[in-house]
Amino acid sequence: MSLLSNTGVLLGKELRTEFRSRELLTTTFVFILIVIVLFSFTFDPTSDESRRFAPGLIWLAFLFASSLMLQPCFLREQHNDTLSALRLSLSDPFVIFLAKLAANTLFLLLTELLLLPFFATMYNVPVLGVLHWLVMVFFLASLGISIAGTALSAISAQARMRELLLPLLMLPLLTPILVASTEVTKALFDRTPFVQWKGIGFLAVFDVVFLTALWLFGEYLLEE
Amino acid sequence: MWKRAIGGAVVLFLVGAAAYASFYIAPEERTMRLIQRIFYFHAASAWAGMTAFFVCFTANLLYVWRRDPKWDALGVSSAEVGLAFITVVLITGPIWAKPAWGIYWTWDARLTSTFVLWLLYICYLLLRTLIEEPDRRALLSALFGIFAFIDVPIVFGAIRWWRTQHPAPVIMGGPGSGLEPTMRKVFFFSVFALHSLMVFLLVERYRLEKLRGDFEVVRRELEAQ
Repeated sequence: MSLLSNTGVLLGKELRTEFRSRELLTTTFVFILIVIVLFSFTFDPTSDESRRFAPGLIWLAFLFASSLMLQPCFLREQHNDTLSALRLSLSDPFVIFLAKLAANTLFLLLTELLLLPFFATMYNVPVLGVLHWLVMVFFLASLGISIAGTALSAISAQARMRELLLPLLMLPLLTPILVASTEVTKALFDRTPFVQWKGIGFLAVFDVVFLTALWLFGEYLLEE
Repeated sequence: MWKRAIGGAVVLFLVGAAAYASFYIAPEERTMRLIQRIFYFHAASAWAGMTAFFVCFTANLLYVWRRDPKWDALGVSSAEVGLAFITVVLITGPIWAKPAWGIYWTWDARLTSTFVLWLLYICYLLLRTLIEEPDRRALLSALFGIFAFIDVPIVFGAIRWWRTQHPAPVIMGGPGSGLEPTMRKVFFFSVFALHSLMVFLLVERYRLEKLRGDFEVVRRELEAQ
């Protein structure tokens, strides 16, 4: 029970820090918007073309954005050495990861949902009919990105060239997420939309596998 | 010294024999003819590379558990050797693909997965160059190595989940797959030969890494004086 309540307290802290400045959310939002606009110049965004390219495009944009968004996750804690304070006050370091990855999932999901109307309008993709399924895919994929990304940002924060290193570590590792979520989204953007369950299952398995890995090895990532 | 030289000679003989067997002993495949013979080195290198990555994963786990620098040395050695073998896979693949498929490269699941795997271990080595402090470097790279290896089953899962142009696995590929008996013998001999090469390279690289570690300790001691 203390795991959940501690996570809740820390999650509150993460959310308060972000919503005080809203720096991460606004910059990520604008970044994805720019990518979406720039991508439209690389092909003819008619409805049919969009159905083919848009799912990959949108997930690539989310993935790149998340590799930027996750940067400050642990760097933020280094300025006043607050990470040591957190570690001292908690018996289980997994709580720190749990809170951070929950916050990151929420931030990512929020940005994705805010961008969806822009994306749907600009690329002529009807999303209203499959909205609840899209939210589900967004959630599962964002969770996976956040689990792996939070762990890797703990690694990159301790290395040189950290700004460049995080995308390098993150993007190849998240290929399965890109493939699965693109496939599921493509099926949902189809002229006769359908739910690709195997893709959804794949995303769920990825989440469970990496969450277990983080639970097992997370404490070593934060060793002094 | 003599032991290493004899070991090297035996490995060289085995790899040469595997090359001979794949060209002269294995029967010619009906549709792909000569070009199919690259399979004995292509797939065997893939197996040897995977074994090296498995050694790397085990070494990473052992380092996190025991914190003995020798596991770190084994980790980096096996990652480098594994990368060399997967590089061979990525080069021999397109050589086979051009006559068989008409193109050098296609972005199908298995090719892409192998390429991603290759990138992951490049990143593993890259990460090591960006952390100065030896203990921290060893621990963090071991953890990244563990995460990267966990990606491997997901990589293999991808071939069966999504459409692919890569030939279905002929070894352990389920009903309807399989190799002609002589081909099978030659293939497993190649697997054995390339594994012995992998182990030989791994031992040599590990020895080098240990020497480097010892040298580093001496250098630090001298600097401290």
